[in-house]
Amino acid sequence: MGDKDPEIEPEEGRKMGEKTVIILHSGDMDKVYSALIIGNGALAMGMEASIYFTFWGLMRLKKGELEKGPLSKMNMLGLGRWMVKQRMDRANVASLERLMNDFKELGGKIIACEMTMEIMDIKKEELRTEWIDEWGAVGSYIQEARNANVSLFI
Amino acid sequence: MTYFLKYTESGNRQHKCCQGPSVSLTLGVRIVAEMEIDVRGQTCPVPLVECRKALKKTSPGDLVIIKGTHPASKKEIPMACEAMGFKVLEIEDKEGGKEWEIKIRR
Repeated sequence: MGDKDPEIEPEEGRKMGEKTVIILHSGDMDKVYSALIIGNGALAMGMEASIYFTFWGLMRLKKGELEKGPLSKMNMLGLGRWMVKQRMDRANVASLERLMNDFKELGGKIIACEMTMEIMDIKKEELRTEWIDEWGAVGSYIQEARNANVSLFI
Repeated sequence: MTYFLKYTESGNRQHKCCQGPSVSLTLGVRIVAEMEIDVRGQTCPVPLVECRKALKKTSPGDLVIIKGTHPASKKEIPMACEAMGFKVLEIEDKEGGKEWEIKIRR
């Protein structure tokens, strides 16, 4: 059953070569939202997409940490974050966990920065390895970005 | 989320029943699937993402009907479909403009 079903047509709609590449350097909740929303948007519009998690961004790939980032401005020891979260719930904004699962389901690629792991002493076992497609350094990012139409640093 | 199979016009749809290159079975009906997705109340980027998921799950010729309330998605879903080469058949306002329904031919 794992074999390709001959009834399934080759994937249509995917525009090969059109690609969005995002570096997620920040671990702030609002910026992680930006990265995942843009990544999902690119995939939904037929592009390829990859997100390179580095530095504070990589912390969000630790087990149980995806939703835990502070607010980038006016965090006020978590009070600001709580208020924004309330408003987001009221507006029915999807959780980061859901956005990440959608990103993976639509074929998005996650790259984890190995240098950050070394600096911050993070082991592979501490990360959500089921999401990570590649472990790399700057070369992996440049290779991804070489032919990308959209490249963002968040 | 619901998924109906509708049996419509006669035609030939080849159904290969095993991996062998020459073994195929011809069914006398053309099966057009219709997928309906309800993203009413959902906000950016969920309507766009759910639309893409539905288009990935269906086969060419199938119909995807998406219902929503998010205003920007009403113009962004057709934009995405056009970029991916899918045909938007209809964009309809419902509930006095509070809701919309978009029909897409995969």
